[in-house]
Amino acid sequence: MPDTPTPPLLATHGLVKRFGDQIVLADVTLAVPRGRVLAVIGKSGTGKSVLLKCLAGVLTPDGGEVLFEGRPLGAPPAAAEGLCPAETPGAEALAAFRRRCSYLFQGNALLDSLTAWENVALPLEQATLLPKAEIRARVTEALRRLELEADAKRYPAQMSGGMQKRLALARALVTRPEIVLFDEPTAGLDPLRRNAVFGLIAHAQREFGFTAVVVTHDLPEALAACDHLALLDHGRIRFSGTPAEFAATPDPVVAAFRDSPATLARDIASLRAGAALPAEPD
Amino acid sequence: MFSALGHYALRIVAETGDLARFTSRGFCSAVGSRRLGRRLVRSVYEQGVRCLPVILIVGLFTGLVLGLQAYHTLNRFGSAALLGPLVALTLIRELAPVLAALMLVGQAGSALTAELGIQRNSEQIDALETMGIDPLGFLVAPRLLAALIVFPIMTGFFALIGLVGGWLSACVLLPLPGNVYWASIDRAVKGADVGECLVKALVFGALTIALCCHNGFNAHRRTGATGARAVSASTTRAVVFSSIGVLAADFLITSLLV
Repeated sequence: MPDTPTPPLLATHGLVKRFGDQIVLADVTLAVPRGRVLAVIGKSGTGKSVLLKCLAGVLTPDGGEVLFEGRPLGAPPAAAEGLCPAETPGAEALAAFRRRCSYLFQGNALLDSLTAWENVALPLEQATLLPKAEIRARVTEALRRLELEADAKRYPAQMSGGMQKRLALARALVTRPEIVLFDEPTAGLDPLRRNAVFGLIAHAQREFGFTAVVVTHDLPEALAACDHLALLDHGRIRFSGTPAEFAATPDPVVAAFRDSPATLARDIASLRAGAALPAEPD
Repeated sequence: MFSALGHYALRIVAETGDLARFTSRGFCSAVGSRRLGRRLVRSVYEQGVRCLPVILIVGLFTGLVLGLQAYHTLNRFGSAALLGPLVALTLIRELAPVLAALMLVGQAGSALTAELGIQRNSEQIDALETMGIDPLGFLVAPRLLAALIVFPIMTGFFALIGLVGGWLSACVLLPLPGNVYWASIDRAVKGADVGECLVKALVFGALTIALCCHNGFNAHRRTGATGARAVSASTTRAVVFSSIGVLAADFLITSLLV
């Protein structure tokens, strides 16, 4: 009997998402291999966060499908629509996926009525059957790693943007998930903290072996921390490959993104020399 | 015009069905919700304890005005001794459940609609879903259950302080003897009157808090407004529809029980 190939842990096939007349994702086909870190890059407004929300089941795609271990995930926000979760097709697969997945929101999505400690403990208390001592140990460890031990009793509103980001990261990792979806994990952080967060993601990934999808604008850090890169452009995957392939591809859109720091330096130099700035590429 | 009316009627039917489904799901989700007690206590505090001063003040003035008006009206017919039963029955069967519900909608209902709307806008509800936590069980169930506890208690407080207000008007400001006032109330008020009051308080509690939760929870589905405007539109809508709902339900229950 021939061996059937193992499906990727998470994949999309022909994913389409519209908001009114605006097509945000036109036809996104992507595979996230198990145990790898995939960075999704692209210009602002190209639908990176929308793609991540479709992967997480927060948004329902208008076409195509999201596959978890080869099984399609059901239409999700059952509670938001007032439906019983069992009423939606593929809901079981989605529930299983959510037990094994964490999501770091771009805006952090911390519960502002809970303290930092309670925010981190929330997924363990509500979605697992772990004993209290284990929850306490895990939350303490997660806060210690993110240098938030001293702020355990503070509310998110009493924290800086960077601290909130680290708190959201602690909450995402405390459940020791198999898949973590990071939406701009370093937005609003200074360069040192940015490096620290990418280092932490890479370290945690090696320690726990989770599969990660990171939506980011920080290309150097992404190249250092990820195994795969995908560039989203006009609702489609323009490039997908390893960092080495990304560095070598002659694709002009990829090149524009890849060489943007050098382009900026050149433009600034030209500006100082009195020349006009070149037009922004499409 | 007929087309527009038909469209509007269909929308009302659809939204009523949506509300009914949301409410039943909200109550059912309490079953599997972990650490519900802690959130229930917080909801009881927010809906009840924080609204108590308003309830007491409005209840007292309602009783005072009712006592004054009723005394002068009854006195014209030589029936001032019936003031106690009139104040008590009016308060217990009508004014206490209705006015307490309206006060609770204005203070607690609007606050919880805005809170849920902001939680929806800031993706906190989405975050709960991605963590595998049922947002209805976590956010809505404790508020619905709290309403079933708080509304009857607050209605009771309203009625009691209203009776004291009536006594102040009739027996302190006006010459009705206090023993006549209280004794006539004791004779006139029956268990059925208190039962009607309790039924109304429970129905108004479930109806208004469900409406407020539904509007806040679905603030993102509000057409014609986004962000902070959607939250404010949802809050206004929740208060208006809850107030209308209380008066309509009051008529329905009264016509069934009288």
